[in-house]
Amino acid sequence: MTIDLKTVKHISKLARISVDEEKANKLAGDLNSIFTFIEKLNELNTSDVQPLTSIAETTLRFRKDEIKSENIREKILKNSPENNEDFFVVPKVVE
Amino acid sequence: MTEITDLTLNEIVTNIKKKKISSTEVTKSFVERSEKSKKLNVYITENFSSAIEQAKKFDENPNYELKLPGIPIAVKDLFCTDGIKTTAGSKILNNFIPTYESTVTQNIWDQGGILLGKLNCDEFAMGSSNETSFFGNVQNPIGENLVPGGSSGGSSAALAANLTPVTIGTDTGGSIRQPASFTGTVGLKPTYGSCSRFGIVAFASSLDQAGPMTKNVKDCATLLEVISSFDKKDSTSIDFKRNNYSSELTKNIKGKKIGIPKEYRVDGMPLEIESLWSKGIEYIKNCGAEIIDISLPHTKYALPTYYIVAPAEASSNLARYDGVKYGFRSLGENLIDMYEKTRSEGFGEEVKRRIMIGTYVLSSGYYDAYYLKAQKVRQLIKKDFDDAYKKVDAILTPSTPSSAFKIAEKTNDPVSMYLNDIFTVPVNLAGLPGISLPAGVDKNGYPLGLQIIGKPFDEQSILNIAYSMEEKINFKNKITNWWM
Repeated sequence: MTIDLKTVKHISKLARISVDEEKANKLAGDLNSIFTFIEKLNELNTSDVQPLTSIAETTLRFRKDEIKSENIREKILKNSPENNEDFFVVPKVVE
Repeated sequence: MTEITDLTLNEIVTNIKKKKISSTEVTKSFVERSEKSKKLNVYITENFSSAIEQAKKFDENPNYELKLPGIPIAVKDLFCTDGIKTTAGSKILNNFIPTYESTVTQNIWDQGGILLGKLNCDEFAMGSSNETSFFGNVQNPIGENLVPGGSSGGSSAALAANLTPVTIGTDTGGSIRQPASFTGTVGLKPTYGSCSRFGIVAFASSLDQAGPMTKNVKDCATLLEVISSFDKKDSTSIDFKRNNYSSELTKNIKGKKIGIPKEYRVDGMPLEIESLWSKGIEYIKNCGAEIIDISLPHTKYALPTYYIVAPAEASSNLARYDGVKYGFRSLGENLIDMYEKTRSEGFGEEVKRRIMIGTYVLSSGYYDAYYLKAQKVRQLIKKDFDDAYKKVDAILTPSTPSSAFKIAEKTNDPVSMYLNDIFTVPVNLAGLPGISLPAGVDKNGYPLGLQIIGKPFDEQSILNIAYSMEEKINFKNKITNWWM
Protein backbone atom coordinates (compact mmCIF):
# COMPACT_ATOMS: atom_id res chain seq x y z
CA MET A 1 0.00 0.00 0.00
CA THR A 2 1.06 3.59 -0.36
CA ILE A 3 0.39 6.51 1.90
CA ASP A 4 -0.62 9.52 -0.16
CA LEU A 5 -0.67 13.19 0.69
CA LYS A 6 -4.35 13.09 1.60
CA THR A 7 -3.72 10.29 4.14
CA VAL A 8 -0.79 12.20 5.65
CA LYS A 9 -3.02 15.23 6.14
CA HIS A 10 -5.74 13.07 7.67
CA ILE A 11 -3.29 11.48 10.14
CA SER A 12 -1.86 14.89 11.02
CA LYS A 13 -5.38 16.06 11.90
CA LEU A 14 -5.91 13.00 14.10
CA ALA A 15 -2.52 13.52 15.76
CA ARG A 16 -3.17 17.28 16.21
CA ILE A 17 0.08 18.18 14.49
CA SER A 18 -0.12 20.77 11.74
CA VAL A 19 2.01 20.07 8.67
CA ASP A 20 2.61 22.30 5.69
CA GLU A 21 2.67 21.06 2.10
CA GLU A 22 6.46 20.58 1.94
CA LYS A 23 6.61 18.68 5.24
CA ALA A 24 3.61 16.57 4.24
CA ASN A 25 5.40 15.49 1.06
CA LYS A 26 8.53 14.55 2.96
CA LEU A 27 6.47 12.69 5.57
CA ALA A 28 4.62 10.74 2.88
CA GLY A 29 7.97 9.55 1.51
CA ASP A 30 9.32 8.61 4.97
CA LEU A 31 6.13 6.86 6.01
CA ASN A 32 6.03 4.86 2.79
CA SER A 33 9.55 3.55 3.29
CA ILE A 34 8.76 2.70 6.92
CA PHE A 35 5.51 0.92 6.04
CA THR A 36 7.19 -1.05 3.25
CA PHE A 37 9.55 -2.27 5.94
CA ILE A 38 6.70 -2.97 8.40
CA GLU A 39 4.67 -4.94 5.89
CA LYS A 40 7.13 -7.82 6.14
CA LEU A 41 4.82 -8.99 8.94
CA ASN A 42 2.21 -9.98 6.37
CA GLU A 43 4.38 -12.96 5.41
CA LEU A 44 3.35 -14.56 8.69
CA ASN A 45 0.09 -16.38 9.24
CA THR A 46 -1.03 -15.36 12.72
CA SER A 47 -4.67 -16.44 12.63
CA ASP A 48 -4.18 -18.89 15.54
CA VAL A 49 -1.97 -16.61 17.65
CA GLN A 50 -3.20 -14.77 20.72
CA PRO A 51 -2.05 -11.13 20.79
CA LEU A 52 0.46 -10.31 23.50
CA THR A 53 -1.18 -7.52 25.46
CA SER A 54 0.99 -7.50 28.57
CA ILE A 55 4.58 -8.61 28.88
CA ALA A 56 4.50 -8.72 32.66
CA GLU A 57 2.63 -11.88 33.60
CA THR A 58 0.84 -10.42 36.55
CA THR A 59 -2.68 -9.24 37.11
CA LEU A 60 -3.15 -5.60 37.96
CA ARG A 61 -3.24 -4.94 41.67
CA PHE A 62 -6.20 -3.47 43.46
CA ARG A 63 -5.72 -0.66 45.89
CA LYS A 64 -7.94 1.27 48.24
CA ASP A 65 -9.60 4.30 46.72
CA GLU A 66 -8.12 6.90 49.00
CA ILE A 67 -6.58 10.33 48.74
CA LYS A 68 -2.78 10.19 48.88
CA SER A 69 -1.90 13.76 48.08
CA GLU A 70 -3.77 16.81 49.25
CA ASN A 71 -3.53 20.52 48.52
CA ILE A 72 -1.35 20.16 45.48
CA ARG A 73 -3.21 22.66 43.31
CA GLU A 74 -0.21 24.96 43.24
CA LYS A 75 2.11 22.14 42.25
CA ILE A 76 -0.19 21.01 39.47
CA LEU A 77 -0.58 24.50 38.04
CA LYS A 78 3.07 25.43 38.48
CA ASN A 79 4.20 24.34 35.02
CA SER A 80 1.19 25.44 33.03
CA PRO A 81 1.89 27.99 30.25
CA GLU A 82 -1.10 30.04 31.42
CA ASN A 83 -3.25 29.83 34.54
CA ASN A 84 -5.32 32.16 36.65
CA GLU A 85 -4.17 30.57 39.95
CA ASP A 86 -7.19 28.29 40.11
CA PHE A 87 -7.49 26.84 36.60
CA PHE A 88 -5.60 26.06 33.42
CA VAL A 89 -6.37 28.71 30.83
CA VAL A 90 -7.01 27.80 27.19
CA PRO A 91 -8.17 29.85 24.20
CA LYS A 92 -11.89 30.57 24.28
CA VAL A 93 -13.94 27.51 23.27
CA VAL A 94 -17.49 28.80 23.72
CA GLU A 95 -18.62 31.73 21.61
CA MET B 1 49.04 9.12 38.05
CA THR B 2 45.48 7.87 38.34
CA GLU B 3 42.95 10.64 38.59
CA ILE B 4 39.83 10.24 40.75
CA THR B 5 37.74 10.48 37.59
CA ASP B 6 39.49 7.39 36.12
CA LEU B 7 38.32 5.21 39.01
CA THR B 8 35.38 2.83 38.93
CA LEU B 9 32.39 3.36 41.20
CA ASN B 10 33.45 0.55 43.52
CA GLU B 11 36.99 1.98 43.79
CA ILE B 12 35.62 5.41 44.67
CA VAL B 13 33.21 3.94 47.24
CA THR B 14 36.06 1.98 48.86
CA ASN B 15 38.26 5.08 49.01
CA ILE B 16 35.47 7.16 50.52
CA LYS B 17 34.69 4.50 53.11
CA LYS B 18 38.39 4.27 54.03
CA LYS B 19 38.35 8.09 54.32
CA LYS B 20 41.16 8.34 51.78
CA ILE B 21 39.12 10.78 49.73
CA SER B 22 36.08 12.89 50.56
CA SER B 23 32.83 13.23 48.68
CA THR B 24 33.74 16.89 48.10
CA GLU B 25 37.04 15.94 46.43
CA VAL B 26 35.29 13.36 44.27
CA THR B 27 32.49 15.71 43.29
CA LYS B 28 34.89 18.58 42.51
CA SER B 29 37.00 16.27 40.31
CA PHE B 30 34.02 15.28 38.18
CA VAL B 31 32.76 18.87 38.04
CA GLU B 32 36.18 20.20 36.96
CA ARG B 33 36.52 17.58 34.26
CA SER B 34 32.95 18.24 33.10
CA GLU B 35 33.73 21.98 32.88
CA LYS B 36 36.60 21.17 30.50
CA SER B 37 34.42 18.87 28.41
CA LYS B 38 31.68 21.21 27.17
CA LYS B 39 32.57 20.31 23.59
CA LEU B 40 31.03 16.87 24.07
CA ASN B 41 27.64 18.54 24.80
CA VAL B 42 26.64 15.83 27.27
CA TYR B 43 24.80 18.05 29.75
CA ILE B 44 21.40 19.62 29.19
CA THR B 45 21.25 20.91 32.77
CA GLU B 46 24.24 21.18 35.10
CA ASN B 47 23.79 20.89 38.85
CA PHE B 48 27.45 21.44 39.70
CA SER B 49 27.45 24.01 42.51
CA SER B 50 24.53 22.36 44.25
CA ALA B 51 26.30 18.99 43.94
CA ILE B 52 29.42 20.38 45.63
CA GLU B 53 27.26 21.85 48.41
CA GLN B 54 25.59 18.47 48.95
CA ALA B 55 28.99 16.73 48.95
CA LYS B 56 30.20 19.11 51.66
CA LYS B 57 27.11 18.30 53.70
CA PHE B 58 27.77 14.59 53.24
CA ASP B 59 31.36 15.01 54.46
CA GLU B 60 30.22 16.92 57.55
CA ASN B 61 27.94 14.07 58.51
CA PRO B 62 28.98 11.01 56.50
CA ASN B 63 27.04 7.75 56.41
CA TYR B 64 29.34 4.99 55.19
CA GLU B 65 26.62 2.34 55.42
CA LEU B 66 25.09 3.62 52.18
CA LYS B 67 25.78 1.93 48.86
CA LEU B 68 26.59 5.23 47.11
CA PRO B 69 28.14 7.28 49.95
CA GLY B 70 28.42 10.83 48.63
CA ILE B 71 28.86 9.67 45.03
CA PRO B 72 28.09 12.30 42.37
CA ILE B 73 26.02 10.87 39.51
CA ALA B 74 24.69 12.47 36.33
CA VAL B 75 21.47 10.96 34.94
CA LYS B 76 19.65 10.88 31.62
CA ASP B 77 17.29 13.83 31.25
CA LEU B 78 14.34 11.47 30.94
CA PHE B 79 14.14 10.97 34.73
CA CYS B 80 12.00 13.57 36.49
CA THR B 81 13.94 15.34 39.21
CA ASP B 82 12.02 17.37 41.77
CA GLY B 83 12.74 21.07 41.29
CA ILE B 84 15.27 20.51 38.48
CA LYS B 85 14.40 21.01 34.83
CA THR B 86 13.60 17.79 32.97
CA THR B 87 13.36 18.09 29.18
CA ALA B 88 13.44 14.58 27.66
CA GLY B 89 15.62 16.25 25.00
CA SER B 90 12.57 18.11 23.68
CA LYS B 91 11.66 21.73 23.04
CA ILE B 92 8.16 20.92 24.26
CA LEU B 93 9.51 20.29 27.80
CA ASN B 94 12.24 22.94 27.67
CA ASN B 95 10.71 24.82 30.62
CA PHE B 96 9.35 21.86 32.59
CA ILE B 97 10.34 21.67 36.26
CA PRO B 98 8.90 18.51 37.86
CA THR B 99 7.32 18.74 41.30
CA TYR B 100 8.07 15.09 42.00
CA GLU B 101 11.01 12.68 41.77
CA SER B 102 11.25 9.47 39.73
CA THR B 103 11.48 6.33 41.87
CA VAL B 104 14.74 5.23 40.24
CA THR B 105 16.52 8.52 40.96
CA GLN B 106 15.00 8.65 44.46
CA ASN B 107 16.52 5.20 45.10
CA ILE B 108 19.92 6.62 44.10
CA TRP B 109 19.63 9.67 46.40
CA ASP B 110 18.40 7.44 49.25
CA GLN B 111 21.66 5.50 48.98
CA GLY B 112 23.78 8.66 49.17
CA GLY B 113 24.03 9.58 45.48
CA ILE B 114 24.30 13.27 44.55
CA LEU B 115 22.88 14.69 41.30
CA LEU B 116 25.63 16.12 39.07
CA GLY B 117 23.32 17.07 36.24
CA LYS B 118 20.90 15.96 33.55
CA LEU B 119 22.31 14.31 30.46
CA ASN B 120 21.48 14.80 26.80
CA CYS B 121 19.41 12.18 24.98
CA ASP B 122 17.41 11.69 21.82
CA GLU B 123 14.09 13.53 21.97
CA PHE B 124 11.69 11.42 24.06
CA ALA B 125 14.32 8.65 23.74
CA MET B 126 13.46 8.24 20.06
CA GLY B 127 16.72 7.74 18.23
CA SER B 128 19.89 5.68 18.03
CA SER B 129 22.49 8.44 17.69
CA ASN B 130 21.45 11.30 20.01
CA GLU B 131 20.91 13.40 16.87
CA THR B 132 17.18 13.97 17.47
CA SER B 133 17.81 15.96 20.67
CA PHE B 134 16.57 19.57 20.66
CA PHE B 135 19.79 20.36 22.54
CA GLY B 136 22.11 19.22 19.75
CA ASN B 137 24.44 16.31 18.99
CA VAL B 138 26.60 14.65 21.56
CA GLN B 139 30.19 13.80 20.63
CA ASN B 140 31.45 10.30 21.32
CA PRO B 141 34.65 10.57 23.42
CA ILE B 142 36.02 7.67 21.35
CA GLY B 143 36.54 9.97 18.35
CA GLU B 144 35.55 13.37 16.95
CA ASN B 145 32.27 13.57 15.02
CA LEU B 146 31.27 10.05 15.98
CA VAL B 147 27.82 9.51 17.45
CA PRO B 148 27.71 8.17 21.03
CA GLY B 149 24.72 5.97 20.21
CA GLY B 150 21.25 6.63 21.49
CA SER B 151 18.95 7.33 22.90
CA SER B 152 21.06 7.39 26.11
CA GLY B 153 23.89 9.11 24.20
CA GLY B 154 24.66 11.82 26.74
CA SER B 155 24.84 9.10 29.39
CA SER B 156 27.20 6.83 27.42
CA ALA B 157 29.42 9.76 26.39
CA ALA B 158 29.60 11.23 29.91
CA LEU B 159 30.50 7.83 31.32
CA ALA B 160 33.15 6.98 28.71
CA ALA B 161 34.66 10.47 29.06
CA ASN B 162 34.93 10.01 32.86
CA LEU B 163 32.53 12.86 33.63
CA THR B 164 30.42 10.69 35.96
CA PRO B 165 31.46 7.50 37.78
CA VAL B 166 28.29 5.68 36.67
CA THR B 167 25.02 6.77 35.12
CA ILE B 168 21.53 5.56 34.32
CA GLY B 169 19.71 5.40 31.03
CA THR B 170 16.46 4.03 29.72
CA ASP B 171 16.07 1.31 27.11
CA THR B 172 12.97 0.89 24.93
CA GLY B 173 14.59 -0.85 21.96
CA GLY B 174 18.30 -0.75 22.77
CA SER B 175 18.81 2.75 24.15
CA ILE B 176 21.13 1.58 26.93
CA ARG B 177 22.91 -1.34 25.25
CA GLN B 178 23.61 0.26 21.85
CA PRO B 179 25.24 3.45 23.26
CA ALA B 180 27.17 1.27 25.73
CA SER B 181 28.46 -0.75 22.79
CA PHE B 182 29.40 2.44 20.87
CA THR B 183 31.41 3.86 23.78
CA GLY B 184 33.17 0.81 25.22
CA THR B 185 31.09 0.73 28.38
CA VAL B 186 28.73 -1.68 30.14
CA GLY B 187 24.95 -1.20 29.92
CA LEU B 188 22.16 -3.35 31.30
CA LYS B 189 18.46 -3.37 30.49
CA PRO B 190 16.66 -5.13 33.33
CA THR B 191 13.64 -7.42 33.04
CA TYR B 192 10.44 -5.49 32.36
CA GLY B 193 8.96 -4.68 35.77
CA SER B 194 12.29 -4.68 37.62
CA CYS B 195 12.89 -0.91 37.79
CA SER B 196 9.96 1.41 38.41
CA ARG B 197 8.81 3.55 35.51
CA PHE B 198 7.30 6.12 37.88
CA GLY B 199 8.58 9.58 37.00
CA ILE B 200 10.30 8.54 33.78
CA VAL B 201 9.04 10.48 30.78
CA ALA B 202 7.08 7.79 28.96
CA PHE B 203 7.90 6.68 25.42
CA ALA B 204 6.49 3.15 24.92
CA SER B 205 5.12 1.91 28.22
CA SER B 206 5.20 -1.83 27.51
CA LEU B 207 8.88 -1.65 26.52
CA ASP B 208 10.52 1.12 28.60
CA GLN B 209 12.96 0.11 31.34
CA ALA B 210 15.59 2.08 33.23
CA GLY B 211 18.99 0.52 33.76
CA PRO B 212 22.60 1.05 34.87
CA MET B 213 25.44 2.22 32.60
CA THR B 214 28.88 1.67 34.08
CA LYS B 215 32.57 1.18 33.39
CA ASN B 216 32.62 -2.45 34.48
CA VAL B 217 30.34 -5.33 35.43
CA LYS B 218 30.83 -5.02 39.19
CA ASP B 219 29.68 -1.38 39.14
CA CYS B 220 26.73 -2.50 37.03
CA ALA B 221 25.69 -5.02 39.69
CA THR B 222 26.06 -2.40 42.43
CA LEU B 223 23.96 0.19 40.64
CA LEU B 224 21.28 -2.32 39.59
CA GLU B 225 20.95 -3.30 43.24
CA VAL B 226 20.23 0.34 44.10
CA ILE B 227 17.74 1.16 41.35
CA SER B 228 15.74 -2.08 41.09
CA SER B 229 12.79 -2.02 43.47
CA PHE B 230 9.12 -2.89 43.69
CA ASP B 231 7.06 0.28 43.46
CA LYS B 232 3.32 0.62 44.02
CA LYS B 233 3.35 3.80 41.97
CA ASP B 234 4.05 1.79 38.79
CA SER B 235 1.22 -0.65 38.06
CA THR B 236 3.57 -2.88 36.02
CA SER B 237 6.28 -2.99 38.69
CA ILE B 238 6.80 -6.61 39.74
CA ASP B 239 7.17 -7.76 43.32
CA PHE B 240 9.87 -10.44 43.00
CA LYS B 241 12.77 -11.26 45.25
CA ARG B 242 15.68 -9.17 44.04
CA ASN B 243 19.20 -10.50 44.50
CA ASN B 244 22.03 -8.67 46.20
CA TYR B 245 23.51 -8.49 42.73
CA SER B 246 26.96 -7.20 43.73
CA SER B 247 27.62 -9.54 46.65
CA GLU B 248 26.27 -12.54 44.76
CA LEU B 249 28.45 -11.75 41.74
CA THR B 250 30.65 -14.72 40.80
CA LYS B 251 32.98 -15.65 37.96
CA ASN B 252 32.01 -19.28 38.31
CA ILE B 253 29.75 -20.07 35.36
CA LYS B 254 30.78 -23.70 34.98
CA GLY B 255 28.02 -25.79 33.47
CA LYS B 256 25.92 -22.83 32.37
CA LYS B 257 24.36 -23.39 28.97
CA ILE B 258 24.73 -20.49 26.55
CA GLY B 259 22.64 -20.35 23.38
CA ILE B 260 23.93 -19.01 20.05
CA PRO B 261 20.99 -18.01 17.83
CA LYS B 262 21.74 -18.57 14.16
CA GLU B 263 19.25 -15.89 13.06
CA TYR B 264 21.51 -13.17 14.46
CA ARG B 265 23.96 -13.79 11.61
CA VAL B 266 22.36 -11.08 9.49
CA ASP B 267 23.20 -10.17 5.90
CA GLY B 268 25.79 -7.47 5.56
CA MET B 269 27.08 -7.82 9.10
CA PRO B 270 30.75 -6.74 9.12
CA LEU B 271 33.28 -9.56 9.40
CA GLU B 272 34.81 -8.03 12.50
CA ILE B 273 31.50 -8.40 14.36
CA GLU B 274 31.23 -11.99 13.19
CA SER B 275 34.75 -12.68 14.51
CA LEU B 276 34.06 -10.77 17.75
CA TRP B 277 31.09 -13.05 18.31
CA SER B 278 33.25 -16.16 17.65
CA LYS B 279 35.82 -14.84 20.12
CA GLY B 280 33.04 -14.34 22.65
CA ILE B 281 32.01 -17.95 22.21
CA GLU B 282 35.61 -19.04 22.87
CA TYR B 283 35.80 -16.87 26.00
CA ILE B 284 32.60 -18.42 27.31
CA LYS B 285 33.90 -21.93 26.64
CA ASN B 286 37.12 -21.05 28.46
CA CYS B 287 35.02 -19.98 31.43
CA GLY B 288 33.59 -23.49 31.60
CA ALA B 289 30.16 -22.85 30.10
CA GLU B 290 28.60 -24.98 27.42
CA ILE B 291 27.70 -23.58 23.99
CA ILE B 292 24.43 -24.71 22.40
CA ASP B 293 23.15 -23.71 18.94
CA ILE B 294 19.60 -22.43 19.13
CA SER B 295 17.02 -20.91 16.82
CA LEU B 296 14.92 -17.79 17.35
CA PRO B 297 12.98 -18.09 14.09
CA HIS B 298 10.99 -14.85 14.30
CA THR B 299 13.99 -12.57 14.85
CA LYS B 300 13.64 -10.88 11.46
CA TYR B 301 10.12 -9.75 12.38
CA ALA B 302 11.21 -8.03 15.59
CA LEU B 303 12.06 -4.63 14.08
CA PRO B 304 8.85 -4.31 12.01
CA THR B 305 6.87 -5.36 15.11
CA TYR B 306 8.72 -2.81 17.21
CA TYR B 307 8.04 -0.05 14.69
CA ILE B 308 4.32 -0.63 15.11
CA VAL B 309 4.13 -1.25 18.87
CA ALA B 310 6.52 1.50 20.00
CA PRO B 311 5.07 4.34 17.86
CA ALA B 312 1.51 3.26 18.74
CA GLU B 313 2.26 3.53 22.45
CA ALA B 314 4.22 6.73 21.89
CA SER B 315 1.36 8.39 20.03
CA SER B 316 -0.88 7.72 23.03
CA ASN B 317 1.70 8.71 25.63
CA LEU B 318 2.63 11.93 23.84
CA ALA B 319 -0.99 13.03 23.48
CA ARG B 320 -0.53 14.73 26.87
CA TYR B 321 1.71 17.43 25.35
CA ASP B 322 -1.02 19.83 24.37
CA GLY B 323 0.27 23.18 25.57
CA VAL B 324 -2.24 23.31 28.44
CA LYS B 325 -0.91 21.59 31.55
CA TYR B 326 2.84 22.04 31.14
CA GLY B 327 5.53 22.66 28.60
CA PHE B 328 5.75 24.81 25.51
CA ARG B 329 2.66 26.52 24.10
CA SER B 330 2.28 28.20 20.74
CA LEU B 331 -0.49 30.74 20.34
CA GLY B 332 -3.41 29.73 18.16
CA GLU B 333 -6.60 31.26 16.88
CA ASN B 334 -8.65 28.73 18.81
CA LEU B 335 -8.12 25.66 20.99
CA ILE B 336 -7.55 23.17 18.15
CA ASP B 337 -5.26 25.57 16.32
CA MET B 338 -3.28 26.05 19.56
CA TYR B 339 -2.93 22.25 19.99
CA GLU B 340 -1.80 21.75 16.40
CA LYS B 341 0.72 24.60 16.41
CA THR B 342 2.08 23.70 19.84
CA ARG B 343 2.72 20.10 18.81
CA SER B 344 4.03 21.01 15.38
CA GLU B 345 6.53 23.52 16.77
CA GLY B 346 7.27 21.71 20.04
CA PHE B 347 8.14 18.26 18.68
CA GLY B 348 11.10 17.47 16.43
CA GLU B 349 10.89 15.63 13.11
CA GLU B 350 11.59 12.07 14.35
CA VAL B 351 9.07 12.38 17.18
CA LYS B 352 6.42 13.71 14.80
CA ARG B 353 7.18 10.89 12.36
CA ARG B 354 6.64 8.31 15.09
CA ILE B 355 3.48 9.93 16.41
CA MET B 356 2.15 9.86 12.84
CA ILE B 357 3.03 6.15 12.41
CA GLY B 358 1.41 5.38 15.76
CA THR B 359 -1.71 7.39 15.00
CA TYR B 360 -2.05 5.65 11.65
CA VAL B 361 -1.64 2.07 12.94
CA LEU B 362 -4.19 2.72 15.68
CA SER B 363 -6.67 4.53 13.44
CA SER B 364 -10.05 3.14 12.50
CA GLY B 365 -9.79 0.49 9.78
CA TYR B 366 -6.06 -0.12 10.26
CA TYR B 367 -5.91 -1.30 13.87
CA ASP B 368 -6.31 -5.02 13.05
CA ALA B 369 -3.99 -4.94 10.08
CA TYR B 370 -1.14 -3.31 11.96
CA TYR B 371 -1.41 -3.04 15.72
CA LEU B 372 -3.19 -6.34 16.40
CA LYS B 373 -0.95 -8.09 13.89
CA ALA B 374 2.13 -6.72 15.66
CA GLN B 375 0.85 -7.86 19.06
CA LYS B 376 0.43 -11.36 17.65
CA VAL B 377 3.91 -11.42 16.17
CA ARG B 378 5.21 -10.11 19.49
CA GLN B 379 3.71 -13.23 21.06
CA LEU B 380 5.64 -15.39 18.57
CA ILE B 381 8.88 -13.55 19.31
CA LYS B 382 8.37 -14.07 23.04
CA LYS B 383 7.60 -17.75 22.45
CA ASP B 384 10.90 -18.13 20.54
CA PHE B 385 12.71 -17.08 23.71
CA ASP B 386 10.49 -19.22 25.98
CA ASP B 387 11.34 -22.27 23.85
CA ALA B 388 15.05 -21.43 23.78
CA TYR B 389 15.15 -21.07 27.58
CA LYS B 390 14.01 -24.68 27.95
CA LYS B 391 17.48 -25.58 26.63
CA VAL B 392 19.76 -22.74 27.70
CA ASP B 393 20.38 -20.39 30.63
CA ALA B 394 21.36 -17.36 28.57
CA ILE B 395 21.97 -16.24 24.99
CA LEU B 396 25.05 -14.59 23.48
CA THR B 397 24.78 -12.22 20.49
CA PRO B 398 26.55 -9.10 19.20
CA SER B 399 25.08 -5.89 20.70
CA THR B 400 24.94 -3.94 17.45
CA PRO B 401 25.45 -4.64 13.73
CA SER B 402 28.17 -1.94 13.50
CA SER B 403 30.46 0.26 15.56
CA ALA B 404 29.79 3.98 16.13
CA PHE B 405 29.09 5.84 12.89
CA LYS B 406 29.70 9.44 11.88
CA ILE B 407 27.37 12.25 12.89
CA ALA B 408 24.83 12.92 10.07
CA GLU B 409 25.69 9.64 8.32
CA LYS B 410 22.24 8.12 8.78
CA THR B 411 19.91 11.02 9.54
CA ASN B 412 18.29 11.08 6.10
CA ASP B 413 17.22 7.45 6.10
CA PRO B 414 14.98 6.50 9.05
CA VAL B 415 14.96 2.79 8.20
CA SER B 416 18.78 2.51 8.10
CA MET B 417 18.84 4.23 11.50
CA TYR B 418 16.26 1.76 12.85
CA LEU B 419 18.42 -1.21 11.75
CA ASN B 420 20.90 -0.25 14.48
CA ASP B 421 18.62 -1.86 17.02
CA ILE B 422 18.22 -5.18 15.22
CA PHE B 423 19.88 -7.23 18.00
CA THR B 424 18.49 -5.31 20.95
CA VAL B 425 14.82 -4.82 20.04
CA PRO B 426 13.75 -8.50 20.41
CA VAL B 427 14.86 -8.36 24.06
CA ASN B 428 12.49 -5.46 24.83
CA LEU B 429 9.63 -7.09 22.96
CA ALA B 430 10.05 -10.21 25.11
CA GLY B 431 10.60 -8.19 28.32
CA LEU B 432 13.93 -9.89 29.05
CA PRO B 433 17.10 -8.64 30.74
CA GLY B 434 20.10 -7.95 28.49
CA ILE B 435 23.59 -6.63 29.08
CA SER B 436 26.09 -5.17 26.61
CA LEU B 437 29.73 -5.81 27.44
CA PRO B 438 32.65 -4.17 25.60
CA ALA B 439 34.49 -7.02 23.88
CA GLY B 440 36.82 -5.63 21.24
CA VAL B 441 37.41 -2.96 18.62
CA ASP B 442 36.93 -2.68 14.88
CA LYS B 443 39.57 -1.72 12.29
CA ASN B 444 39.28 1.95 13.30
CA GLY B 445 39.75 1.14 16.95
CA TYR B 446 36.08 1.84 17.76
CA PRO B 447 34.56 -0.34 20.51
CA LEU B 448 32.23 -3.26 19.81
CA GLY B 449 29.98 -4.95 22.34
CA LEU B 450 28.59 -8.40 22.97
CA GLN B 451 25.12 -8.85 24.38
CA ILE B 452 24.08 -11.49 26.89
CA ILE B 453 20.33 -12.03 27.13
CA GLY B 454 18.88 -13.70 30.22
CA LYS B 455 15.74 -15.38 31.46
CA PRO B 456 13.15 -13.09 33.03
CA PHE B 457 14.30 -11.90 36.50
CA ASP B 458 17.66 -13.65 36.08
CA GLU B 459 19.85 -10.55 35.95
CA GLN B 460 22.27 -12.33 38.26
CA SER B 461 23.18 -14.94 35.63
CA ILE B 462 23.89 -12.44 32.86
CA LEU B 463 25.92 -10.33 35.28
CA ASN B 464 27.92 -13.42 36.29
CA ILE B 465 28.53 -14.45 32.68
CA ALA B 466 29.58 -10.90 31.79
CA TYR B 467 31.79 -10.77 34.90
CA SER B 468 33.66 -13.93 33.98
CA MET B 469 33.99 -12.90 30.30
CA GLU B 470 35.16 -9.41 31.28
CA GLU B 471 38.25 -10.83 32.94
CA LYS B 472 39.14 -12.90 29.86
CA ILE B 473 38.43 -10.09 27.38
CA ASN B 474 40.37 -7.53 29.43
CA PHE B 475 39.01 -4.63 27.35
CA LYS B 476 40.61 -1.21 27.88
CA ASN B 477 38.84 1.85 26.52
CA LYS B 478 41.14 4.26 24.68
CA ILE B 479 40.12 7.79 25.58
CA THR B 480 42.57 10.41 24.30
CA ASN B 481 40.87 13.54 25.70
CA TRP B 482 40.85 14.92 22.13
CA TRP B 483 38.12 17.41 23.05
CA MET B 484 40.17 19.19 25.73
